[in-house]
Amino acid sequence: MTNAVSIKNLRKTYKTGVEALKGVDLEIAEGDFFALLGPNGAGKSTIISILTSLTTKSSGEVKIFGNSLDTDRDKTKTYIGVVPQEFNFNIFEKVIDIITVQAGYYGIPRAQAIKDAEPILKELGLWEKKDSPSQQLSGGMKRRLMIARALIHKPKLLILDEPTAGVDIEMRRGMWDFLRRMNAEGTTIILTTHYLEEAEELCRTVAIINKGEVKLHETMHKLLEANGKEKLENIYVDIIQDSNNKTI
Amino acid sequence: MSPAKIWISYYTMLRKEFVRMVRIWSQTLLPPVVTTGLYFIVFGSFIGSQLQAIHGFSYMQFIVPGLIMMSVITSSYMNTVSTFYFAKWQRNLDEVLVSPTPDWVVIAGYVSGGVMRGLLVGTLVLIVSLFFTHLIIYNIAVLLCAVVLTSVMFSLAGLVNGIFAKGFDGISIVPTFVLTPLTYLGGIFYSIDQFPPFWRAVSLFNPILYIVNAFRYGFLGFSDVSIATSFTLLIGITLVLAVTALVLFKRGTGFKN
Repeated sequence: MTNAVSIKNLRKTYKTGVEALKGVDLEIAEGDFFALLGPNGAGKSTIISILTSLTTKSSGEVKIFGNSLDTDRDKTKTYIGVVPQEFNFNIFEKVIDIITVQAGYYGIPRAQAIKDAEPILKELGLWEKKDSPSQQLSGGMKRRLMIARALIHKPKLLILDEPTAGVDIEMRRGMWDFLRRMNAEGTTIILTTHYLEEAEELCRTVAIINKGEVKLHETMHKLLEANGKEKLENIYVDIIQDSNNKTI
Repeated sequence: MSPAKIWISYYTMLRKEFVRMVRIWSQTLLPPVVTTGLYFIVFGSFIGSQLQAIHGFSYMQFIVPGLIMMSVITSSYMNTVSTFYFAKWQRNLDEVLVSPTPDWVVIAGYVSGGVMRGLLVGTLVLIVSLFFTHLIIYNIAVLLCAVVLTSVMFSLAGLVNGIFAKGFDGISIVPTFVLTPLTYLGGIFYSIDQFPPFWRAVSLFNPILYIVNAFRYGFLGFSDVSIATSFTLLIGITLVLAVTALVLFKRGTGFKN
């Protein structure tokens, strides 16, 4: 089976001289629910930004479902739906317009997009708000709106950058159920989060990166087994502290 | 992306811009109409009635094409510079950047939004001018070509400004300190034939002079400069700006890391 994501020796040095990625290798299987973990500034968002073509890599190779980012960029874009960390929709636009405009950018006509949006918005509890300006939504609703926007073109790969930050526990669990269903229906999901119980609850594979390098890449089951079924949070802290000490 | 999908994406950008423009009409459409209306009253009626005819036309008839063009230039420029910069600042530019919409379609979408607003404002100002003078059209083809090319050119210029802008100052410096002086000194209110030779020669370095005169030729049938030169300049600058915008998009200057 083709990997959903294949990253080889990925490097990124920003104009400021900051080396955000120092030769990252990652393989993410199709259908996986993948946790990309690491402290702030580890390079998670840079990887996501490169996958979604918002940042240009310095070197290395990236393939999405076997298509190179260098030679088949447009095709790779059709496979990906992204939920960014920060709210980045126009706060003056209505919910339904944000969704249908996003669909339009993928070549989906507005009438079709409205039909496609209905089940997504209903499932995410936003259908009643479809004609409201997005600035009137609560924080949790705004997060769900970004998920709905990312799903409107039916991507095979959904990338979520801290999707539950600032969301209350009940809503978070609702989002977990939704994401589990998406994954069960075949969507590959990459999740970055600082809530490690969320990663432990949802993901089958985990990669921990620190200072631009992959420190661990393992299935969740094997990782927990190998560490005496300790909580992911404790394992994570040990790995990060260990890699920080080595650097010092 | 197939041509059909490219068209849908382009239409989506255009529709989005139209909805925005209409939603905030009191910010996008009304101010230039009010401002130029005041110009018609103060310069055209009050002061203009005291002035001699220029090339056989009343002062009011003389300034109408220039004032329409001034509103087209300002509206086209301000539309793209502000929408692009705000999309960049609010990061909703990412919505289109993560999609397979090609760069040239994104550029075309933003520029068409500017053209749409420029032409709409220009039409409204033309309608207002009818309250002060009657309409004379000498050559409709020249008139339409001049106004469309001008709005494309200044929409592209606004887009390039928006790409480079790093803050809100960056979107106001060029319009305030470059565009406005060039526009006011671009032959809207006078014919350069009335100038001494030195100032006449200086005026010929102002590109807006050629634009205003091409447009005025379409209305009144006379121009201070050669129409061929005006259109060569318009097309040349538009092409340079289009290529610049494409190169900047390819590099991701100002909006990609």
